[in-house]
Amino acid sequence: MSFAFTDDQQLLADSAARFLTDKYGFDARRTVMTAEDGWSREMWRSFADMGWLALPLPENYGGLGGSTVDLAILMEDFGRHLVVEPYLATVVLGAETIARAGSDDQKAEILPQVAEGKLTLAFAHGEPAGRFDLARIAAAAARQDGGWVLSGHKAVVHHAQTADRLIVSARTSGQTADRDGITLFLVDPQAPGVALRPYPTIDGLRAADVILDGAVVPDSDVLGEVDAALPVIEQVVDRALVALSAEAVGAMDATIALTGEYLKTRQQFGRPLAAFQVLQHRMVEMLAAKEFARALCYRAAGAMDDTTGVERARAAAALKSETGRAGKRIGQDAIQLHGGMGMTDDMAVGHYFKRMTMIDVQFGNAAYHLRRFAGLS
Amino acid sequence: MELVLSAEDTAFRDDVRAFLKDKLPQEIAAKAGSGFRLSKDDHVRWQKILFEKGWMAPGWPIELGGTGWTAMQKHIFDEECALAGAPMVIPFGVTMVAPVIMAFGTQAQKDRYLPRILRSDDWWCQGYSEPGSGSDLASLRTKAVRDGDHYVVTGQKTWTTLAQHADMMFTLVRTSDSGKQQEGITFLLIDMKSPGITVQPITTIDGSAEINNVFLDDVRVPVGNRIGEEGKGWTYAKYLLGHERTSIAAVGRSKAQLRRLKAIAGAEASGDGTLIDDPDFALRLAQIEIDLLALESLVLRALYAETAGKPPGPEASFLKIKGTEVQQGLTELLVEAVGPYAAPFQPEAFRQDNWNEEPVGPDYAPALAPLYFNWRKASIYGGSNEIQKNIIAKTVLGL
Repeated sequence: MSFAFTDDQQLLADSAARFLTDKYGFDARRTVMTAEDGWSREMWRSFADMGWLALPLPENYGGLGGSTVDLAILMEDFGRHLVVEPYLATVVLGAETIARAGSDDQKAEILPQVAEGKLTLAFAHGEPAGRFDLARIAAAAARQDGGWVLSGHKAVVHHAQTADRLIVSARTSGQTADRDGITLFLVDPQAPGVALRPYPTIDGLRAADVILDGAVVPDSDVLGEVDAALPVIEQVVDRALVALSAEAVGAMDATIALTGEYLKTRQQFGRPLAAFQVLQHRMVEMLAAKEFARALCYRAAGAMDDTTGVERARAAAALKSETGRAGKRIGQDAIQLHGGMGMTDDMAVGHYFKRMTMIDVQFGNAAYHLRRFAGLS
Repeated sequence: MELVLSAEDTAFRDDVRAFLKDKLPQEIAAKAGSGFRLSKDDHVRWQKILFEKGWMAPGWPIELGGTGWTAMQKHIFDEECALAGAPMVIPFGVTMVAPVIMAFGTQAQKDRYLPRILRSDDWWCQGYSEPGSGSDLASLRTKAVRDGDHYVVTGQKTWTTLAQHADMMFTLVRTSDSGKQQEGITFLLIDMKSPGITVQPITTIDGSAEINNVFLDDVRVPVGNRIGEEGKGWTYAKYLLGHERTSIAAVGRSKAQLRRLKAIAGAEASGDGTLIDDPDFALRLAQIEIDLLALESLVLRALYAETAGKPPGPEASFLKIKGTEVQQGLTELLVEAVGPYAAPFQPEAFRQDNWNEEPVGPDYAPALAPLYFNWRKASIYGGSNEIQKNIIAKTVLGL
């Protein structure tokens, strides 16, 4: 057993830290956030040049075949810099789903383009009434000559507006919460019968609700086996939970650093806030929460690649539950320790707080994953 | 990064399991498993079995009787012992005073004490805290005055765990009142049979008497029993604190306790089913299991750093706090698990194994409330958790 990064992993961590520190400052991010797409295509090309878009993709299809640990290393730095580009949507969710479920033709067409930064994806799975239950799919696909007709409502689909393809789940048989009967489709967001209602999210990203009303999808755009998509979706989402948690850990790390600096600088009652024991202990508890979340994160990353079934699910659920709890605590305390300054939009700390809070509600919050873990014990 | 146990470590774990199956006395494991208090003889018997196997002092250098195990192997050994219900090795000799003797003791001290510790011939206790010196340990006032080849020691030590069994006590005494408090402290080894020592038990809230007051009244201690230099005792005490930090997390013990909690919750009726199916209880069980997983993950990281010869990272500082929180959380759930049968106070049911009456309520219940009350000590001893936070704020966060 080893908890050390390999030389390649250390190189990845160092180059990501160097690049993002240099190119992804707080002000640059704010400019990008408010531009039309909400993220930077120039930055996306740089990500491709750095090899980050290819990192976890299979080697046969233009990828680097990286592990979940590699992915976590990169995501941790994305969290530290509050990266707004559609990495999770395109690479972690979209490309991963295609890599696991797609035909050779589908993989050959799409994955190399993802690696090169020429194509982005969005993962249209969750629904308004589904909450966090991955099996609760009401959107329906009806059989029609040589294809399927989709109708339904997909909720808070990150980066749908700019995506070249949507990955849409729909029920091809069974009842709303059945494990069987879910199928995945590749859908062109511009196709007739697909309507997007786009909006910014409070944590600086973009998303849309997707309304499907008679969208026609040919058989050649069915992704994987008909009626049997749920196990793939679960695997992809468990890995995304690790990626999201790594992003949260990076954000926690940055939040604690910012708060520590603030406490050392800000003077009240004739001494720096850092001299007050009640604030010191609060900081120590924040640091502890981060350290435990981080330790669980890399352990779960290892479990994604080494184990299957219940062990994998337990690792992901334990991690996401801990991440949610830790992120909330660290975010809330960081604002409190910043005092009035923490409430201002000009300070980075609030932006980290918002991202950590919204990571909690992505693919299941702390309470959901605690229940899930209890059910798997 | 490689997160599964290596083939070598798996083989090692199997060896440890085979040894425990073969050599751990059933009656001792059964006593420990059902919550009976272990006697001095139980502990010494088990430690002598470990000695015969050569496994009494895994952390020591091989030439002195250590095993040469990696940090990971030591962790695996601790965990397997805990899961098998083996008694905890009493740490005062083998893991606390021995490293100090090795690092700062004279050859005569090493020759005399280390083999006796290894064979469990001496039972050691720790004389640090005093009535006026708890978290502020450096304010201690037990006085040692030089008189020829002896120090004459007068004062009072308190909270001294298992002093009633002890042959020797390592202790901090004041040899000077001038200069910084810390610079007037000296580290002495005191024979508990010396005239002038009185051990008085302190009954604790769980009804037991494992801690004591130790009164010292003109106790003559040979100068040869001083560790290192006069006035450097604080430095040696701090060295001791830096030793074997990962074991303080007690991951193996807590895993065994969690297993026990699940068994009890599976046996206790609740509604039409058992407590383990109660949604509220199941969530609290899940939460503590996740806390334990997080703790174990951090321990594994720290072990890796130790094996690779790296200095312990900031994570090591959290092991005491989180480890004790998990231990206390488990005892809290154990009490809740038995409901009203937490209340009957039947110390005879777990203090001695020759009690022939049936306990009131389930046989696992009588030991649980005392266990809960007893374990409130964990966040207080060894530097209270608040002191740990002060240390982390200063050393890790730079506040």
